[in-house]
Amino acid sequence: MAEKTEIDDVTGVETTGHEWDGIKELNNPLPRWWLWTFYVCVIWSVLYWIVYPAWPTMTGYTKGIWGYSQRQAVKADLAAGKAAQAKFLTAIEASELDDIRGNPELMRFALAGGRTAFADNCAPCHGRGAEGTRGYPNLNDDDWLWGGSLSAIYETIRYGIRTTHDDTRLSDMPKFGADEILEPGQIKDAANFVLSLSGRPGDAASIARGKAVYADHCSTCHGEDGSGIAALGAPNLKDALWLFGSRQEDVETSIRTGRGGVMPHWDGRLDDTLIKQLTLFVHSLGGGQ
Amino acid sequence: MANSLALAGAAICAALGLVLIVATEDKVMAFHATLLLLSALIAGWAVIRRRDDADLRDQTKYFDGPIKVATIAAVFWGIAGFLVGDVIAWQLAFPVLNFDLPWTNFGRLRPLHTSAVIFAFGGNVLLATSFYCVQRTSRARLAGVWSPWFVVWGFQLFVVLAATGYLLGVTQGKEYAEPEWYVDIWLTIVWVAYLLVFLGTLMKRREPHIYVANWFFLAFIVTVAMLHLVNNMTLPVSWTGTRSYIIYSGVQDAMTQWWYGHNAVGFFLTAGFLGIMYYFIPKRVERPVYSYRLSIVHFWSLIFLYIWAGPHHLHYTALPDWAQTLGATFSIMLWMPSWGGMINGLMTLSGAWDRLRTDPVVRLLVVSVAFYGMSTFEGPLMSVKAVNSLSHYTDWTIGHVHSGALGWVGMVSFGAIYCLVPWLWNRKGMYSLKLIEWHFWIATIGILLYITSMWVGGIVQGLMWRAYDALGFLQYSFAETVEALHIPYLIRATGGLLFVIGSFIMAYNVWRTVRGDALVDEEDQPSSAAAPGLDTGPQPVAAE
Repeated sequence: MAEKTEIDDVTGVETTGHEWDGIKELNNPLPRWWLWTFYVCVIWSVLYWIVYPAWPTMTGYTKGIWGYSQRQAVKADLAAGKAAQAKFLTAIEASELDDIRGNPELMRFALAGGRTAFADNCAPCHGRGAEGTRGYPNLNDDDWLWGGSLSAIYETIRYGIRTTHDDTRLSDMPKFGADEILEPGQIKDAANFVLSLSGRPGDAASIARGKAVYADHCSTCHGEDGSGIAALGAPNLKDALWLFGSRQEDVETSIRTGRGGVMPHWDGRLDDTLIKQLTLFVHSLGGGQ
Repeated sequence: MANSLALAGAAICAALGLVLIVATEDKVMAFHATLLLLSALIAGWAVIRRRDDADLRDQTKYFDGPIKVATIAAVFWGIAGFLVGDVIAWQLAFPVLNFDLPWTNFGRLRPLHTSAVIFAFGGNVLLATSFYCVQRTSRARLAGVWSPWFVVWGFQLFVVLAATGYLLGVTQGKEYAEPEWYVDIWLTIVWVAYLLVFLGTLMKRREPHIYVANWFFLAFIVTVAMLHLVNNMTLPVSWTGTRSYIIYSGVQDAMTQWWYGHNAVGFFLTAGFLGIMYYFIPKRVERPVYSYRLSIVHFWSLIFLYIWAGPHHLHYTALPDWAQTLGATFSIMLWMPSWGGMINGLMTLSGAWDRLRTDPVVRLLVVSVAFYGMSTFEGPLMSVKAVNSLSHYTDWTIGHVHSGALGWVGMVSFGAIYCLVPWLWNRKGMYSLKLIEWHFWIATIGILLYITSMWVGGIVQGLMWRAYDALGFLQYSFAETVEALHIPYLIRATGGLLFVIGSFIMAYNVWRTVRGDALVDEEDQPSSAAAPGLDTGPQPVAAE
């Protein structure tokens, strides 16, 4: 067909003579900078193919003259990382917790490792600063449910609380309300008495009745004076620190349901060296005994 | 003949729907079969009602009914998709907004967002613009009597099946290919019809050559068909159930998925929308395309190189080294072919740069090309393994995708819709140019907030993930990196909100235009007119 080329008024460039729905095309050449950049990209790619693994073949692939392998690189990096820490890790593995604590260099390493492990594994419940929240203890204070010594913390982390592990820490506060051991009135009295242990004012008669209920049902685990027994996981009731809330109804709910919070066991999930580091880190937070 | 075929198709679909309703124990399948049955009944009724309609067969007129439907559908699904996207953006900043309900959970809303914007919004824009462009640049009416209608309405049924499936928890878990096997089969049927209509129209064209926009549209249609088929090779557990399993396993599955995923970007969101650019920019600014030669060279190099680039999504994974190398190098080589489109788009304005000042639609189109250029530079950059080791899995990637999706695909679509609506409904222009101006600025500011916050956030994230202390321990926990992202997430969600507001302004403007209200700023309207009708205007010289 006859294609009528013309010169575009504005640019002075010839058109190709095609036209669709009023759209014409200029016959501009490829921009030089565009073409040369394209060539450079192609050359760069070819060089890349020469030095790195690139093209599949019938039996394998071209390995590239640099002999690079991603798997080998990762292995080497991991080995280097392990080697850099090996001295510390073997020492921690072989040492008692107290000895590590007495060795500043080792302790520095253990705290750094414990901090990282804590942030990844513990912070979701206990908080990034270990400050805890309702139902999840604050680990910065010296109020320990199961004891705050190095060995007690180690055991809690390793076996957990009320878990499926054979050696789990286990205490079972009765559900005084749900199992109908106490009347609602008695629960209220007991709660009043328990709150009075930390100086909370209340109805004197109710507190007096509650004291009798406490003596009959609570003192075995929480102690005659309410100061708790860490070996049984029974909290101190005199310190005005409340895991599940300090309002009258919170304490009543605790008596009624027994709560029974759970902490997972880390045995089998974190290796023993890391559990030791975690123990030292948690112990160092301020309340370690 | 056409009526009988259409009725037979509707009858088969209705029967299939009925059988499935009776046979299935799967509630979602029963629901979807009901939708199929209802759609088939409505389609059958429509065919019977218009069986003798001469307009449907009038070869002297362009076939614009289905284009109008696709245009309105694009505006509707666009708003839906943008809105859901912004909801999940706020969910990332405030997880409580998941509401602990399965169907409002991020995991279900995210595919709803991506599919709604890519396929429902983008797909309808492509259907509308490709059907419009191929007729005008071929000077031929769309091929088929009922098939263009089937393509458009069948595509809407696909969108509804996919979207409701996600909300009800039906997904095959492949990114951007979440619809289950039966929805995939439906889309295949619709897509083959689309290809046939497009090819049929090209074959009866009365222009000697095929216009460059149509090359891109055709490449998009053919490649998406291939990608869709290969990536969705699944075996259904039962012919009456929704669940299926993919036939590939492990790294082969991952590679197939990202070969698909990357080329969904390359051919759906790039090639298809370059077709839009090649038609609407020269039409709107009334200037010739800058370089015919560049369009040929960048078309073929883009098509050839793009298909290799998928492995760059799987750097530093189990994917073999050689495949990663090819993915990275082909992405680098793709840089200039991508920019060829940008050059041709921008340089087409030479001699008409003043239109940028006077016509907000031109501004939308030009800014879209600028975003296209930016994200097609950023893409190859991020495919370099050293850069990727920092950017991978971070929100930088999300920002990159959105500079392409909001900036390029979104803006070029808005520009095309603002051109199309007055042309299709025979109006002098859009109801209000001022509102287009507002849409332009609000959306642009939204996009800038989005991508800058995700650059900052993503790079912070990447640096925090790889930070070690002197003793070889990770410096930050994952939760700390999430916390660090809170402010960027707020800025991103705000940017997204602006983009959503912009789309509402567009919907209002489109509604007033379609309704035929008097233009508020008629004297400012640019002169670019719609193509002449098929029966008027200069008649082309017949091909030899």
